[in-house]
Amino acid sequence: MSKAFTPKVITANALLEGDVIYLAADDSWVRTLTEAEVLTDEAVAQVRLLDASSRHAEAVGVYLADVSLGAEGPQTTHFREAFRATGPSNYPHGKQAEG
Amino acid sequence: MYRYTEFDTAFLAERNRQFRAQVERRISGALTEDEFKPLRLMNGLYLQLHAYMLRVAIPYGTLNGAQMDRLALLAEKWDKGYGHFTTRQNIQYNWPKLSDVPDMLDALAEVGLHAIQTSGNTIRNVTADHFAGAAADEIADPRPVAELLRQWSTDHPEFQFLPRKFKIAVTGSPNDRAVIKAHDIGIQIVQRDGRIGYRILVGGGLGRTPMIGKELAEFVPLPDLLPYVEATVSVWNLLGRRDNKYKARIKITVHEHGIDEIRDLVETRFAETKAAFNGADLELFDEIAAQFLPPAFRNAPAEAYDRAYESDPVFRAWADTNLSAHKAPGYAIAQISLKPHGQTPGDASAAQMRVMADIARRFGHDELRISHEQNVVLPHVHKSDLPQVHAILKAHGLGTANIGKISDIIACPGMDYCALATARSIPIAQEIATRFDALKIEHEIGDLKIKISGCINACGHHHVGHIGILGLDRAGVENYQITLGGDATETAALGERTGPGFPADEIVPAIERIVEAYLEHRESREESFLQAYRRLGMAPFKTALYGAETGKKAKAA
Repeated sequence: MSKAFTPKVITANALLEGDVIYLAADDSWVRTLTEAEVLTDEAVAQVRLLDASSRHAEAVGVYLADVSLGAEGPQTTHFREAFRATGPSNYPHGKQAEG
Repeated sequence: MYRYTEFDTAFLAERNRQFRAQVERRISGALTEDEFKPLRLMNGLYLQLHAYMLRVAIPYGTLNGAQMDRLALLAEKWDKGYGHFTTRQNIQYNWPKLSDVPDMLDALAEVGLHAIQTSGNTIRNVTADHFAGAAADEIADPRPVAELLRQWSTDHPEFQFLPRKFKIAVTGSPNDRAVIKAHDIGIQIVQRDGRIGYRILVGGGLGRTPMIGKELAEFVPLPDLLPYVEATVSVWNLLGRRDNKYKARIKITVHEHGIDEIRDLVETRFAETKAAFNGADLELFDEIAAQFLPPAFRNAPAEAYDRAYESDPVFRAWADTNLSAHKAPGYAIAQISLKPHGQTPGDASAAQMRVMADIARRFGHDELRISHEQNVVLPHVHKSDLPQVHAILKAHGLGTANIGKISDIIACPGMDYCALATARSIPIAQEIATRFDALKIEHEIGDLKIKISGCINACGHHHVGHIGILGLDRAGVENYQITLGGDATETAALGERTGPGFPADEIVPAIERIVEAYLEHRESREESFLQAYRRLGMAPFKTALYGAETGKKAKAA
């Protein structure tokens, strides 16, 4: 049996602001992880990634990031993604300030 | 200080005009990211974890007040009110928007600053001793050579697509404060029979394969300097490995071919490059050197200094740690620490930048330096002005008396900002500084340099820290390896790994155990941490870190 597919979200940096964005189910880019679309099927994830990657004038460095499913939606599983989702730890200048 | 010629001004304006158009085409969608990325990197613009990052060169670390004021303006107008000074004598802005960057570059150009070749596979910002032109031990000011190299390397057609980046550092003193042995080329000004010449080191570097630079030439006279450096870069440009990014730096080329073969190749190539130089470089050097003459030092009594030193213990502590010997009588070099305990190493707010610019104008012959240790230097202050300078610094959170001490930590941005990082650096530096400040033993410990990198690329110079800390990702958790015995000076050495790393919540106690072991084993207060390590070896520190059994094995080995 093949390994179970870890749920994913599509993430990137916004072209103009450079900040972390996620792809929502309605194809819009959102700023908070909990609003991101969670992809649980590998084939669907690959197609969504291809489509998102073609949006050159909106997003840079599009990729799939692992998430786990919590009560409030997707949650990060690696500390790098956690920092991307919240911002730097020395100043409240990132997503944590936008609340 | 060097002043831009009409040529420089026109060149920079043209580059900025081109980049503005490139940004417009990127935003319109006419350029893809793959097409745009090399263009933005040529102009110092990165895309990091949370935002773009603009890296501005501070050539050989020298700034005047107007330039520092302009850095403050950028921080305030287009960033979040601060900037980050780096180990490469650059300043980084962590939050610019892509559409604002062309305006930022134009604003920098107005005061003779730019971000060209602060990234990419080119010759990067040329760095120098931050005490240049002021140090008591200096043979000659290294900045005219550094400026000559900057002009030669900027947009050099042969060197725009090198195998990898290339870093040059210059020192004019036998005591190396510019880490020249950890650069692709290190240049040391030397004197022989009353003549000035240049000792050339090659193949040093940190990163994943750290190497100490080797001597390529003992004495190169000025007329041969540029052709010789050009020959060296040229040899590597052809020989350097483009098949593997991790083996592309000149340190690997020198390692694989041996210094003798490289020297022979450089000599052969030098015969060609020398013939192609027509002496214009020497005329240019004279013009540049004339702009780096020392300021008119004044002859005044220093009683105000002596009085403050006797009566004010806070001033005395600052004077004891933050001042260095100046070549002119009555003067001192004053370092402004950007390492207040618990704060981010190397960060300065816009307000602080303006305060430093103002002090430089009023008390410091309008000169400032940025050190690779992420502090700011007032190179020329008359001692009688120091009490006043210190009072102003103290009032703006700039009076920390910790230069060279355990809280004067070099830390790269780490995973708080950097897309390449594997762990955080800044919070570790903050916690170490806070802890030792609370213990009140910083001055008892004496000189101890901690350097922290958040990944193997070693921007935080951890290999050459007396205590080096390297942050890694071990199975999805931040983990910190320790090295001991590194040295960034003329007696350069790479640190040795102590053993297994420590998780984030155990690294500060681990550092504390190392320091306790040093305090216990040192012969006297005069024996520094590095001297004690060289005498004792790893064993007592291993015991302190991992217990008696591991320590014994280290001693036997």
